Parts: sequence; C-alpha cells; structure tokens
Amino acid sequence: MDIPDKDLLAPGHRGCAGCGASIAVKLALNALGKNTVAISATGCLEVMTTPYPETSWEVPFIHVAFENSGAVASGVESALRIQGKDDVNVVAFGGDGGTVDIGLQSLSGAMERGHNMLYICYDNEAYMNTGIQRSGATPYGASTTTSPKGTASFGEDKPKKNMPMIMAAHGIPYVATASIAYPEDYVKKVKKAAETKGPAYIHLQQPCTTGWGFPSEKTIEMGRLAVETGSWILYEIDHGNFEITFRPEERRPVKDYLSTQKRFKHLDEEHIEKIQKYVDAECKELGL
Amino acid sequence: MVKEVMTSNKAVAEAVRLAKPQVIPVYPITPQTTISEYLAQYVADEKIDAKYVKVESEHSAISAAVGASGAGVRVFTATSSQGLMLMHEILYAAAGMRVPIVLADANRAISAPLNIWNDQQDSIAQRDAGWLQIYVENAQEALDTTLMAYKVSENPDILLPSMVCLDGFILTHTVEPVEIPDQESVDKFLPPYVPEHAFLDPNEPMSIGNFADPNYYTEARHDMDVAMTKSMEVIQKTCDEFAEIFGRKYGLVEPYKTEDADIIFVAMGSLCSTLRVMVDQLREKGEKVGLLKIRAYRPFPTEAINEAVKNCEKIAVIDKNFSFGIGGALYADMKVKIDKEIYGFIAGLGGRDITPEAILEAYEKTKAPENDVTWIGLKEE
Amino acid sequence: MVSIGCVIKTPGNSRNNKTGSWRTFKPILDKEKCIDCDNCIIFCPDSSVNKQHDIDYDYCKGCGICANECPSDAIEMVKE
Repeated sequence: MDIPDKDLLAPGHRGCAGCGASIAVKLALNALGKNTVAISATGCLEVMTTPYPETSWEVPFIHVAFENSGAVASGVESALRIQGKDDVNVVAFGGDGGTVDIGLQSLSGAMERGHNMLYICYDNEAYMNTGIQRSGATPYGASTTTSPKGTASFGEDKPKKNMPMIMAAHGIPYVATASIAYPEDYVKKVKKAAETKGPAYIHLQQPCTTGWGFPSEKTIEMGRLAVETGSWILYEIDHGNFEITFRPEERRPVKDYLSTQKRFKHLDEEHIEKIQKYVDAECKELGL
Repeated sequence: MVKEVMTSNKAVAEAVRLAKPQVIPVYPITPQTTISEYLAQYVADEKIDAKYVKVESEHSAISAAVGASGAGVRVFTATSSQGLMLMHEILYAAAGMRVPIVLADANRAISAPLNIWNDQQDSIAQRDAGWLQIYVENAQEALDTTLMAYKVSENPDILLPSMVCLDGFILTHTVEPVEIPDQESVDKFLPPYVPEHAFLDPNEPMSIGNFADPNYYTEARHDMDVAMTKSMEVIQKTCDEFAEIFGRKYGLVEPYKTEDADIIFVAMGSLCSTLRVMVDQLREKGEKVGLLKIRAYRPFPTEAINEAVKNCEKIAVIDKNFSFGIGGALYADMKVKIDKEIYGFIAGLGGRDITPEAILEAYEKTKAPENDVTWIGLKEE
Repeated sequence: MVSIGCVIKTPGNSRNNKTGSWRTFKPILDKEKCIDCDNCIIFCPDSSVNKQHDIDYDYCKGCGICANECPSDAIEMVKE
C-alpha cells in the first residue's frame, strides 16, 4: 500500500486511543489525495477533529449539522462544479446514526440527484458520540445504553438496517461495503468510487473500542473477526455488478466474534444460535 | 429599464436572475412555489448560469445553501411557513457560520390548524436565528430588497444571511407594475461575491463549521451581535447607493405623516399600504395620525424608530403574529426599546383580512385603551 | 477574539495538541524483528509511525494496535 509522507488527517485529534474512525478517515483521505473537499456530519469525527482553534483536516472541510451531510455535500459539489472545478473529489463522512437514521433522507436525496460525490458511512453500530445509544445500524443482541440488557431484555431486538442495499436500490453507479481491518480492499474501493462518475457509497464497518467494549489494541482484530465470521461481508456493486471482494478461507463461528465484546457478553446460547442462523442466511444470500 | 406587470414572487425571481447566484437549492411550498418554478425555468432557459439543486426538503434546501455558500459562491433559496420551520435548525447554523445566503420567505401561517394563507408567524419564529429580516410592502420593494440584501449580507463587516419577507398571496400572487433594472446597472451596484472569510479550495484548505467550547462560543455569538448592529449603517448606506443608481429610496423604516401625529401606527409588510390609506382618511376627519413602516425588523432599528415617533403620544402596533402571554413580537420589541405609551393589536392571522373597520377599531382602542394587547376582528360566535 | 464564523485557516494545526500525554503504555519497536509490512503505519489512528517505522511519542496514545497487528512481534507495549 502507498504510504504518504504526511497523512491528510493530522494527529493531535481527540479520538479515543485505538479509535477506528480516525483510521477510516486517514485511509480515505490518503487515497483521495489533496484535491479533495471533505464534509462531515456531527458526531465523534467532527467533534474530535475540529475543536476551535485547531483542526486535524489538511484538506478543505465543512460541517453543518448531524442529519444533513448529504445535502451539504450536494451544495458543495454544485458550487465546485459550477465554478468548473470538476476534478475536485467531494467526500462526505457520516457515522451510522448520521447516515442510516437521522441523515437518511438527506443522503437519499443527494444520491438520487446524481451528485458526483462519495459518501462514506463509518459504521460503529451505535451513537458513540453521545454515549453508546442504539441506532438503526446496531446489530441484533447488542446491549447499548438505550437497548440495554435487563431482566426482560437481551439487548437490541432488531437486526441491523441493510443500508448498503438501500443505497444500491437508488441505482447509483457504485456501492460497496468495507472494513478498516482490510485497508487494501477499502482503499481500492475509495479510489474506484472517486473515479466513478456520479454518486458512490461505501459502508465501512469501524469497530469502536469504547462502544463495543474491547481493549484498544483490538480495533483491527475485531474488524477482522467480523469479516472472518461472516458477520460483515465485503462486497461491491459496480454499475449493477455484484461481487464479493473478500472470501474468508473458512468461516469461523460468530461466537468467536461475539464473545470478545462487552456488548454481546450477556447473550445466551439460544441468542448466539439465532445470530449464527441469521449470519448463515445472509452469507447464503450473498453467496459467501 | 423595463416596466412589467408581475407578482412579488416573479419580482423576487427577476431580482435573483439579476443577482446571478451560482447555486439555487429550492423546494416548493405554497405560496412560495412560483419562485421555485420561475427560477427552474430561468436555469432551463440559460437565463441564469446556476446549478438548480432539486432538493427533497426545505431542510436540505438550506443545508445545500450553506454548503454552497461555504464553498464560496453566491446562493439563493426561498421558502414559506412549514418549510421555514423545517429549516429552523440550519438557519442558526447558517448565521453562525457567517454565510451570506439570501432567502425569500413568502410569509404564511403555521400549522395547526393547517392554513396556507398569510401571516408573519413563520419568519417571526426565526427572529433570533441571526438573520437580517426585511419586510416588504409591494412587488417593487420585493425586487429591490432582494438585490440590496445580497449587498448588505456580503459586506465583509456583516456576513450574516438575509431573509426577505413578503406576505403570502397578498404579495406573492398579486400583480403590480414593476420596474426591472437593467443588468448593467445591477452589476455596477452588486459586484460578484468574493469570499475571504470562508471558502472551500484545495489550494487553500480551511475548516468551516467547527466545534467551539465555552472559551470561544460566547465571542462567536457576540461577534454576530456586533455585525447585526453594524448592519443598520450598512443597510442605510446600501439604500442610499441603490437610490442613486435606481432612483427608488428605502431605509430601515419608512415614516408617513408621523411628524405631527398624536397616534402612530407601526406595522410591517403589505399591511402598511392599507394603513397609509387609513391614515389619509382619518386625517381628512381631522385625526392627527401617522404610520411608521418597519422594513428592517432584524436588526431592530431603535434609533430610527425613536426619531420617527418622538413627537407622538401613543403608538398602535399591529402584529400578524403572536407570542403567548405577551402579544405580538413587534409590539413586545417596541415595549422593550421605545419609551412611549404603546398598545398592541393582533390581526390578520391565517389570512384573515385586515379591513378598514379593524384598523379603525385598533385606532379607537388606542385612543381609549382597555387592554395592552387586543385581538381585533375576532368573531363573537 | 475569534475568526469570523470560527473558521480555521491553519490546516492540520491539531498537531499543536500533543496527545502523547494520554499514554499509559508505550510501544517499543525492535527494528531487527521488523519485516517492513507497514501494518503499524497503516493502522495507527494517530499517524504516529513514520515511513522509517520511527514512533512519534508526541502523539502516540499508546492504544497498542501496532503491537497487536505486528506479524513479527517486533513491538512491545511497556508501561510508562
């Protein structure tokens, strides 16, 4: 992988030790290069990278609010294109809350209108910036502060919203899933998305040490476990052509993934079995 | 210069064509809709070289507007009522980010009950967002004010967005003769927007819309207050410059026969046309009455108002909005800032006509007051 | 005094904030064991490993990802 002399996301940011979001953004910006304008939804990323008067962004950056990064990016893209700046990459980052929940409408509009931009959802599967509340991207069985385990609860009782397929249903030219644990696959997709004319969407799984409850050194390991167990599947849909981009040699049981995280620690065999069946069905459907 | 008969919505669209914004994100809503249609057609016919962003909501309209203005281009958007309410959060962000967007609001009542007709509750509900708010009386003023709004907002000492408020249906859908300035004169009056404080260019990276902790937030908001105060001077200067080029005079306020008046009506928007006629009629009967039209509601032109009302005994403020337990917003502001005997009247909500009889009722109740605040034209069963 | 709209015109100046002070464990690289896979560079959330695999303790928060992802066990986490 190409290593730049200087990362386009500067250190000194206030991300937690072991923060996956900063890895996600660093890799994307390095892949896109300096000729890029970045947009961010409110969330961990925005708060940790722009505490006035300091910024970690080495490229032009704009944030407006939580639920509107798709629309803000639409405005930025329109302004750049009308000025003839057709070669500038426009990339918007949103967490799972800012993407699959509160920002869904804004993003849907932006994708449907065909703006030449890339949207990257860094999915850490709950509202981490406000203290680990469940989102539409929280997986089945995860205990969060608003889907807590309890005497009458086993945690989140609904499966994760299938956001990449919702984006694919918009008929946009490029949709992909990715993981920070597979940087070459991710970076390749970012570059492909940037070269794509029209809207592109990457749904990136980003393990969160604080929210998932694992030691800070395990951020990448956790992402790898998700992929190796089939809990997170790496694929792309390039102009309608679906392809799995990484196949684990042998799919490990989901228990290996679940048992290493505090958010799933409470699950009994019955629930683990249910999740295994759900993952098996998903893998079968996508041909993994 | 040509003269044409048109609605205020068309007049706003003409002003936008002349101002040459480069990005126009708009979402249709009654009674703003025809603005969104005219502008779409102008772009389709290459009368404006702009990106017309067909957003999926007003929230996205203002969000895209902030993105585009932040990127460094001139931007226009328009909305009304529920649409402005949906924009509410981002209106504050726009002002705080100091992006000089111009927005036309076709003033309309707020739900519930659902009502598509005129009052001014929608823009009044945004009064503390940090936007300049100018209320216009007719189509010509709508056109002229839209042009002037860009010049004021983009002034480096101001850099706050502007809201041009025009009464729904009464102005937006009523035709009047309007003088359309020629492009050359407008270009002279309004040069292209060249942002210095904020833009998005990979050759000069900057971060916009940042996070500010308690060490900085207060100063950021105070700076906005300073700019808002300063905008009074800039508005007046801009009006003078406009008058010099186009011959039409405007100001922060517009006094009519106030000099020797005992009672002065104070109001905003199209209602002032009716009030002017009523002032004349009452004057014919020997009543010493005048009218003070407030054009700039934010910034609040205390000094200009004081100057206009200095000789009067009483003031009758007619508001097309209401703050529960207080009265109209303009009335409340007048009570805070103007040291006079002031009475408030609530009228014209949800499109109820403000008739000459209603105005006479307000006048009589100012002469012989019963309450501080009175709802006029209320139906008794 | 703040800039208009709190715009920041000094890209990457979060480098002023030396997050190395957060650290409780310190990564020590044994260059002899290093196989140049660059995992420690690629996965560092705080851009604290340069191309020569020198660790920048000004910013390293001591998360330990580099040690965990090192295929040749060349990095050891040592208590500060």
